[in-house]
Amino acid sequence: MTADLDLLLMDYASGALPEGPALAAATKLALDPAARAEMRLLEATGGALFAGVEPEAVSEDLLAATLDRLDGAPAWTGFASPPLDAETRRLLPAPLWRYVPKGLDGLQWERWGNNVREAVLPVADRRYRATLLHVRGGHGVLHHTHEGLEYTVVLSGSFHDETGQYRAGSFQICDGSVRHRPIADKGEDCLCLTVLDAPMHFTGLMGRFINPKVRF
Amino acid sequence: MTQQAAISTIGPAPAPWRRTGSKRRMQQRTVTSPEQARRLEALVGRIACQRDRGAFIELFQHFAPRLKAFMMRGGADPETAEEIVQEAMITVWNKAEQFDPARAALSTWIFTIARNKRIDMLRRQVRPEIDPLDIAIDDEPSPDARMALAQASADLRGSIALLPADQRQVLMLAFFEDKSHGVISVELGLPLGTVKSRIRLALARLRGMIGEHLP
Repeated sequence: MTADLDLLLMDYASGALPEGPALAAATKLALDPAARAEMRLLEATGGALFAGVEPEAVSEDLLAATLDRLDGAPAWTGFASPPLDAETRRLLPAPLWRYVPKGLDGLQWERWGNNVREAVLPVADRRYRATLLHVRGGHGVLHHTHEGLEYTVVLSGSFHDETGQYRAGSFQICDGSVRHRPIADKGEDCLCLTVLDAPMHFTGLMGRFINPKVRF
Repeated sequence: MTQQAAISTIGPAPAPWRRTGSKRRMQQRTVTSPEQARRLEALVGRIACQRDRGAFIELFQHFAPRLKAFMMRGGADPETAEEIVQEAMITVWNKAEQFDPARAALSTWIFTIARNKRIDMLRRQVRPEIDPLDIAIDDEPSPDARMALAQASADLRGSIALLPADQRQVLMLAFFEDKSHGVISVELGLPLGTVKSRIRLALARLRGMIGEHLP
């Protein structure tokens, strides 16, 4: 289900998206030139609307107060990002860097058996649970459903489930109607960003043991 | 003079925030011509190269009142709106080197700065973003992109004006009031599917009219 990516990008362009889905959108944008082209149209639309706004007179002293603050303001040199190892920079697009201050190896990886591991990212907005999910090629995550929405961006490798195949840069949005079992394609490990806005439920027998562990 | 005074005592008192000047004059001041857009772009260049305060003052006089209106439409009171205007204009000064007229119109660049300040200061939320300095992102615009973009931006304003009112309304609620399509559907009392299709129709039309001109 990727039909609603366009509306997610629309909400990202207008500034309406909260941190969780915005992280998924920004990661998708970093990986996909076509999504960036769409974002340019959306932002140009915002710019055109802004250009046509009826001006509102500002206080007489606002200019002087602003000029006072120009001196000593440092020139912008890019987003402040922690010093990261080359491997982390290679595997993760820039929007994720601030969430892995100690690199991929510095994350607290939780193992789900031998073939799946997951690390929770420090998202400030507590309504969301964002993780990096690493699945060994040929292996999968248990069958699960969602109460809310699950956003998945494939960072490397590829996976398939009941809804199709997803390669690096692909984006998937699943709602509560989807019960799926994502499996990494053979030959290469799959690394994904996942963002959940409500708890996930594993639906198999094993899931009953695991469900209590997946908490916000 | 006496006639004017007589009228104002009869009619309802004008709202204090509405100027009573002619609407036509107001619109002339609001719309930015391509020549004016180029002149404003050159001001950003002077800030980037020479830290030119005179250029900043001119830019401030054009954009600060528009930024204030934008923030107030987004729900800020006048004082908060001016605080955010100040921060946005300081960001314009600091990031002037980052502005590339081949990639975005000046009004678009300033819109994105204003949008981000609004998220930061009004909503106090974190916005994950792509870093334009990320070496992995290399959408190099074609050599004639600059000309095409100037034309496309002018066309876009015209195209938005030609949209059906219900489609223009959802775009304005989204971009001026940073409402998600879900919130818009609740506020307008419309099914989510209706709002989605209005947004999609509007964007398809704009894409068809100017999409190929954007870098």
